[in-house]
Amino acid sequence: MDSNIYLPHLMTIEKITQEAPGVKTFRLKFQDGQTASSFSFKAGQFGEYSAFGEGESTFCIASSPTRKGYIECTFREAGKVTSSLARLEEGDTMGFRGPFGNTFPMDQWKGKNLLFIAGGIALPPMRCVIWNSLDTRESFKDITIVYGARSVVDLVYKHELEEWNLREDVRLVTTVDPGGDTPDWKGEVGFVPSVVEKLSPSPENTIAIVCGPPVMIKFTFPVLHKLGFAPENIYTTLENRMKCGVGKCGRCNVGKLYVCKDGPVFTGAQLQELPAEY
Amino acid sequence: MMEKRYISLISLKRWLEKLNNDGKHIYAPVHKGEKIDFGRISSTDEISFDHVQTTQSAKSVAFPRTEVLFSYEKEKHNVRLGNPASDSIPESVVFGLHPCDAAGFDPLSAIFNWDYKDELYNARKEHTTLVSISCTKSDEYCFCTSVNGGPGNTTGSDILLTPVEEGFLAEILTEKGETLMKADETCFEPDRGSVKEDYLVKLPKKFDLKTVQQRLNSAFESPVWKAQSQRCIGCGACAFVCPTCACFDIQEDAHGDKGKRLRCWDSCGFTLFTQHTSGHNPRETQSQRWRQRLLHKFSYMPDRLSVVGCTGCGRCSRACPVDMNLLEHLISLNN
Amino acid sequence: MDELRKKATELLQSGDVQMVIGYEKGTKGPRPCFISVPEEAHKLIFDEQCTGNLAVYLTHKDLIAGQKVAITASYFALRSILRLFTENQLQADRLVVLTVSVDKQLIVFTAVDDIAAYLQSAPVPKREDDAALIARLEAISREERWAFWTEELSKCFKCYACRAACPMCYCNKCIVEENRPQWIQPWASTLANVEWHINRAMHMTGRCSDCGACGAACPLGLPIHLLTRRIVQEVQENFGIGANEAVQKDNVLSTFKPEDKENFIR
Repeated sequence: MDSNIYLPHLMTIEKITQEAPGVKTFRLKFQDGQTASSFSFKAGQFGEYSAFGEGESTFCIASSPTRKGYIECTFREAGKVTSSLARLEEGDTMGFRGPFGNTFPMDQWKGKNLLFIAGGIALPPMRCVIWNSLDTRESFKDITIVYGARSVVDLVYKHELEEWNLREDVRLVTTVDPGGDTPDWKGEVGFVPSVVEKLSPSPENTIAIVCGPPVMIKFTFPVLHKLGFAPENIYTTLENRMKCGVGKCGRCNVGKLYVCKDGPVFTGAQLQELPAEY
Repeated sequence: MMEKRYISLISLKRWLEKLNNDGKHIYAPVHKGEKIDFGRISSTDEISFDHVQTTQSAKSVAFPRTEVLFSYEKEKHNVRLGNPASDSIPESVVFGLHPCDAAGFDPLSAIFNWDYKDELYNARKEHTTLVSISCTKSDEYCFCTSVNGGPGNTTGSDILLTPVEEGFLAEILTEKGETLMKADETCFEPDRGSVKEDYLVKLPKKFDLKTVQQRLNSAFESPVWKAQSQRCIGCGACAFVCPTCACFDIQEDAHGDKGKRLRCWDSCGFTLFTQHTSGHNPRETQSQRWRQRLLHKFSYMPDRLSVVGCTGCGRCSRACPVDMNLLEHLISLNN
Repeated sequence: MDELRKKATELLQSGDVQMVIGYEKGTKGPRPCFISVPEEAHKLIFDEQCTGNLAVYLTHKDLIAGQKVAITASYFALRSILRLFTENQLQADRLVVLTVSVDKQLIVFTAVDDIAAYLQSAPVPKREDDAALIARLEAISREERWAFWTEELSKCFKCYACRAACPMCYCNKCIVEENRPQWIQPWASTLANVEWHINRAMHMTGRCSDCGACGAACPLGLPIHLLTRRIVQEVQENFGIGANEAVQKDNVLSTFKPEDKENFIR
């Protein structure tokens, strides 16, 4: 059949980067030349990545649509499929289905300040939109990135963090949890929500994009609210258990929305309407 | 494009035999142990005509309980993939399903064609013709008339037969139905003018759908879910026998370097359905899962897909080991 | 039944228990019910029609929620309750066990040992329904029996109603749900179904009360309770302990003693 939505594209693993203990980034190339040149996606979308013989796992597309010729994904070894993916080597073949889901409405953010807040393994979904905004830097005003992890060794994209730190047109604030710092750590020490509060960014003409583990989101949203951010100007991505990625298997339902179709990008205002089933 | 004919029982059997000889796979209600369920027949003698409802629905003809999505073969760094061939799908006829089952394909088709088209489902559905039989009897679990259905409803059927004296009133409803009839049109005589409604069972409405939907929309935090779900044991019986339940799992059938990816029926009632690898489970209690089942069918699906996710066939209640009785819960919501 | 209702009312009114697990009238027969207020105790019924095994609810943590509960138990449910005590799943001071004897006497068990004693003295309820099928299966050859069961089990669609209805299936993660490795294929196919049912029977060895709730729960009418019934027989034949004893002893398949006749672990 021509269009089997469950059939993955074959991808070659071009490069593997060990980001942090248990966390790897794969740079993937489409094996089919036609797909390789015609493939496109928008920031925020995700894919279903296959380890043939084990199954699929859901990760965002962590590279930017502005950078052609490859896509990247970053994942932590957590279960059956991710452990199997972690054993693959450069040159091996894996699968990719996508792009699925909705996108960050970057067109609506033109001319605004962008405040990116991310924690731990949630930097990957943000990295796509951060790269995208840096690659189209003139479209936006001030860009601030607040990123924290449990400890120095858990920070992902260490190489990029250095790049962003060196850029004049980006303000980067990195932090580690209390106790996670090393003697030569130069960044902040404190949980992400409290660092944001200390930073006290202005909500004026600013879009906040927040990604992190549930506990970080839980404490960051009230901080933003206190600072005066309207829920429609706060964006986040939700994760939920997924299998098909195309709105059919029923797993990722949150109320009447499907995270794979109506998400994964949601505004704070939309989250307020949703039942707490995610 | 509806056409009315008459077909005697003898001619009906003759017609089905012709279809069988033509190579069509015919599924009809047959005895399976103590139960009546759909099975592939080789002779019309196997068909049961005298039951209220089969244990399972007819959905497996388009959405089988286990289905290969694709096959793979690994060799060193490379992988070869194999697509299931659509020309290996046989022409099938489901005979003797009731209007509630035929109507059940509507919500199924809606989910499988929402944005992304599921060609596996569509191909099977396209190769299937539905020859339904109207209901002349019902039991205490039936409630099709409460969810926009009826014992003689034509929704979803290609041919609808209504038992009249010594034979059946045959409504040829679609092109597919007409093509099937023409396999041996001599079996079908001119319409005898029977009034269909005279033969159908009378099934009064048991609740008002709009009222129930309104109640549901404001009932998310209600304690009714906990109360209603206490005896639910969290199996998948209701979801699996339901004609409209489409939730599935995707699994790998791996044998060394070769294997298949398949999908199989799943249920939102299982604990693991929504559980994350981290252990976090958005619906960790049975009452949350019971609420999801009702809201999904009666609130979310009508909202997003403009179709109610229930046809009132009553199978879920008949199959439930602890008598959860959906109809009873809907009536109590109504009142 | 009046005595039962009176006792239930009394237990709830005094606050001694916060919930009574019993049976009420259902659509076609009795079904489980959960009484939390004395005013509803009149709904309780208890007779030979009350099948299934209510002990399954004793390990439903969300339902029990730390409360002290009372349960009306059939003969077989009593066996299950004994087994749950043996497996450390129940606390004696959080449970009141009631039953109605053959001569309609209400019995309130105050100690676990009393349940064991009752089971020894009370007659085992007769089950005639499956006699014909059992006789047939015992008469045919091994190959024919295998053919019978693979044919029956090919119909199974893995709804796990059998597992859900069994009081002994209280594992937080069932073996079917273990995916590293995937021991048992979770989908429905003849092989995968046979794998599941053989595994289920093996996991019931020495624990099964022979209540038949699994077979009664099966929506497709598969006689899978005969597999577990056979296991109870096998335990009797191979280990010399009957069902009433087995539910109080260490599990036959996972307990080893130096004097065991098998020598593979020496």
